[in-house]
Parts: sequence; C-alpha cells; structure tokens
Amino acid sequence: MESIALSRQQLDGDRMIVNMGPSHPTTHGTLHIVLELEGETIVKASPRMGYLHRGVEKLGENLSYQQFIPLTDRLNYCSSIMNNVGYACAVEKLLGIEIPRRAQQIRVLVSEIARIADHIVCVGVNAVDIGAFTAFLYLFKQRETAYDLFEMAAGQRLHTSFTRIGGLFRDIPEAFVPLAERFLVECEAAVDECERLLTHNPIWYNRTKGVGAITAEEAINWGYTGPCLRAAGVPQDLRKAQPYLGYETYDFDVPVGTTGDVFDRYLVRVEEMRQSLRIIRQVLDRLEPGPIIVDDYKVALPPKEKVYTRMESLIHHFKLIMHGMEMPVGEVYSATEAANGELGFYLVSDGGKNPYRIRVRPPCLPIYSSFDTQVKGCLIADAVAVLGAMNVIAGELDR
Amino acid sequence: MDMVIEHIDAQLPGVVVDRHAFRGDQTIVVAKERFLEVVDLLHREGFQLLVDLTAVDWPERELDGKPVRFDVVYHWLNLASQERLRVKVPVADGEAVPSLVSRFKTADWFEREVFDLFGIRFEGHPNLERLLTWEDFPGHALRKDFPLDGGDPFCMEGCTAPYNNGERN
Repeated sequence: MESIALSRQQLDGDRMIVNMGPSHPTTHGTLHIVLELEGETIVKASPRMGYLHRGVEKLGENLSYQQFIPLTDRLNYCSSIMNNVGYACAVEKLLGIEIPRRAQQIRVLVSEIARIADHIVCVGVNAVDIGAFTAFLYLFKQRETAYDLFEMAAGQRLHTSFTRIGGLFRDIPEAFVPLAERFLVECEAAVDECERLLTHNPIWYNRTKGVGAITAEEAINWGYTGPCLRAAGVPQDLRKAQPYLGYETYDFDVPVGTTGDVFDRYLVRVEEMRQSLRIIRQVLDRLEPGPIIVDDYKVALPPKEKVYTRMESLIHHFKLIMHGMEMPVGEVYSATEAANGELGFYLVSDGGKNPYRIRVRPPCLPIYSSFDTQVKGCLIADAVAVLGAMNVIAGELDR
Repeated sequence: MDMVIEHIDAQLPGVVVDRHAFRGDQTIVVAKERFLEVVDLLHREGFQLLVDLTAVDWPERELDGKPVRFDVVYHWLNLASQERLRVKVPVADGEAVPSLVSRFKTADWFEREVFDLFGIRFEGHPNLERLLTWEDFPGHALRKDFPLDGGDPFCMEGCTAPYNNGERN
C-alpha cells in the first residue's frame, strides 16, 4: 500500500492528495478514498477499505447456522431483510428442504419492499450528494412506511432477523396488508414525483449523463451484478434467470440501460422500484393462509404450546438448541438477487453444528473495485456521483 | 451442465482431477499447474463472469501423502446458459496460485482478500496487498488456527498463526 504521505515526486509535481473519507457525508458508511489530483482532475483514486471489517465469516464459523442470521442483518443494512432471505435460502439449499408456500410469498413480499427501500436510499442520497435535496425528502417518507412495515413484520426496523431456517420467525400481523396496500399507492406516487423532479431536470441530466459509463463486456469482466450491470445493457436478473422462492410465477419486467452511466443506473433503479411494486401487488393478491415454517422439528423449533405440553416436542426443542440441526456434509453456493446485485452465500459443511466455512459474496465489492477506472479523468464532483450510483454499503463491502 | 465438464475433459484430458455434484452444484478440482488452461477454456465456453473467489482452510488435510492445506474456490457463471461451475484448486501452505487479474479484473480485489485472510499468494498479481486488514496485521484471520478473539493485534502475543508467512510484506 503506497504511503499517504507525499513522496518527493508528488511534491515536485502539481499533484495534490485529497482524502475523501473515512468520515465524509458522501462516503456511504466508512469508505476511504485517496484521490490524486491534478488541478481538479482525478489522476488516481485508491479506495482503502476495511474500516467496518468485523470478521463476519470468521464469526460464522463459530456460530450455529441459526445464530448467523442476526449477522446477516448487518451486511447491507439498508435492506437487511433481503440478506436474511438470501442466507436462509442458502442453508435450505444445503439441507435440501422446500419451505411452505406462504413463507415463500411473505419472503418475496418483504424482499421487494426492502428492494424499494434500498433503491430509495441509493437514488435519494445520490441526488443529495449531487445537490438535489428535494427528491430525497419525497422518497424518504416512503422509506419510513417501508420500515414501519418491517417493524410490524419482524419487530425491528433495521436489524430485522426475520427469517429462520425453514421459514419465518413469525407470520405478518393483520394490520400489515392494509398498510402495504397504502404503501403501494403512495410509493407509486412518490416515485412518479421523484421522476418529475429528476429525470427531465437539466442539471441532474448534465451531472449524471456520461459519468461512469461502462460497456457490457467491461462490466462483466469487472464482475458487476444487479442494477449496475443491467444499466450497462446486460439483462441479468437472478429472479428471472435462476428463479427462487417462486419468482417465476410473478409477472414483472427487467429494466435494462444502454450506457451504464450514472443516469442509466438511476433510471434502472427507478424502474425497478415500479416493478417491485408490481410484484408486491401480485403477492398481496395471492397471499393465502398457511404455515410459515416447515413442519420438521429437526430443522425448525416446534411451537411453544407443544413444547410446554408434550414430551416429544420438548426433546426436539432441546436437541435443536443444544446440538443444532443435522447437516449433510457438502458445499453449496446459493445466490439471490439483492438490491445491489448478486448476494451469494457459499457454505461448506462438515456435518457439524456450525458451518465449516461461510463465505458472503458481497455484490458491491466487485463494483467498487472498478472505482479507480470509473473516475479517472473526472472531477471530484463526478466521483461523488459515481460513488453514489454504485451504492456501496460499507457493512456489506467489509463484512 | 455435465456437458461442460465432459467438454473440458475431452479438450484437456486428465486436467479434471476430481469432480462431484451436490444439490445441483457442479464442482471440479484442478491442479494449479494446469489451472490457467482450464480458465482459458472456460472463458471461451462462455463462463465470463467470475462471480466469486475465496478459499477454505483444511489444516490437517493430506492428499497423496502431501499436506495440502487450502482449497482456492472459484465460482463462474455463464450468462448465456445460466450455468454455474465451481472450480477448486488445492494448494499447500506457502504455495502460490496463478493470478487471474489479467483475464478477470474482478480477481484483483478478491485475490487480495484471499491473500489478506488466508495468506495464499497469487503469482502475477500486480498489487498483492492486504485488503481488509491493515499492513502490519499479524497473521491471517480466516485460517483455522487464528484465534477467534483475534489475539492481541497490537502486540501479537497470544497469536499462534504464522506472522505473514514469516514475511513482513
């Protein structure tokens, strides 16, 4: 790692070193970028990371499969429920179990609300960074409703821990559906309003058009996934390409951009919010009563009333808490389409109570690794726009 | 999916040392000497998205009487056919794996991360430095012999893991 202190050569030249972050309002989380400038033009940008590294993967090796769920909340903390869902899907793949239909539907429902909440943060804060404060306020009102919905479902706004291996922690309450219905109407209006404020706004257009452009081949080579890859013109969406949780039964489109610049990423995210609203509408229409967790007491805890009244259930409860699930020996990689892109979990099991190795594939790490090439030759203000559109979340980046 | 592995086997006989499938995930094991041939073939076959690159530590493992401590694990995705393939490259402690940076730019940070957390070197990487921890960090955090509480990272007492493989880089 080259030293932050100025070298002789740098002192002699016209280059200036500017530290952006690790605590700067436009670095989302604790990101640190050392910019090398010539005038106001960026010659080199070296991202430094690890300020939020908590060793999640190491901790996971020493926790049981069930205990790892709260740690997934803290990956992408803007849409923690999606991480819960992604992780639970991975363990269920390892176990080879299918979860009940209602659990799948509710997972899709909360995932899409989380996707909207995440895109709201990304688009809204990107606009704030560039100087458009208004859109942020209109959108954040909807984000509050989304978090109210999470609170209703999981009891927590941010760190939801909503899923369990084999289903969900609990069913959604009665008041959830009416609020979600209201959210559908109001969020649709807010997204329209945001588009009226930004899409045809000449300042927004000039600040974002052509900034951070990337070709499809380059984007694939850099390992882009999610909205950033789709903005570059690759229609890759795991919900369509490798459907999970019954996504193949929902009717929705995958928006695709052409140039991959900040403007296209914004357009893709806005359209994805609309498509997510469409999916939520369909889930609410087909939501039917039923169990929300698998009826297998070797995987999921038996209901409390049975534990208190029946010997067998008490034994199951005790076995599950003390010895964990009986895991097969093997390795799986399971990926879900999170708000930022492909969130993958690679689990290696040696048959023990704890995973032998647990790997989180963060979607924003490969995207962020291209930051230097994205901003080379741009101005600092463009770097801020690119950083916002990449939607780098430090919790997920550093793990 | 089997087609791809058959194809690799036909094109490069003997390169696939081992293979298995579990829950629909296909895995092949490749020796590090012939790894780049496989990578080039996979790239031509359409596996152009290197989704993930990581490693697994098996401290006591031996293959054919030789200690082979690590598996470097690559996950590829074929965007056209949506097939996934996992490639594992076993390496001993202290051995280097060929770097993929010249072929896949994604590999840059992923390889740095694996170097940081496992201490596996990648031959040909232009800038193999620690990614998540700091330069002087003692040991490699994801090795199984690294203490969970991290030991004392500032004075290195109580840390049993080798100190950067004996190098100060």
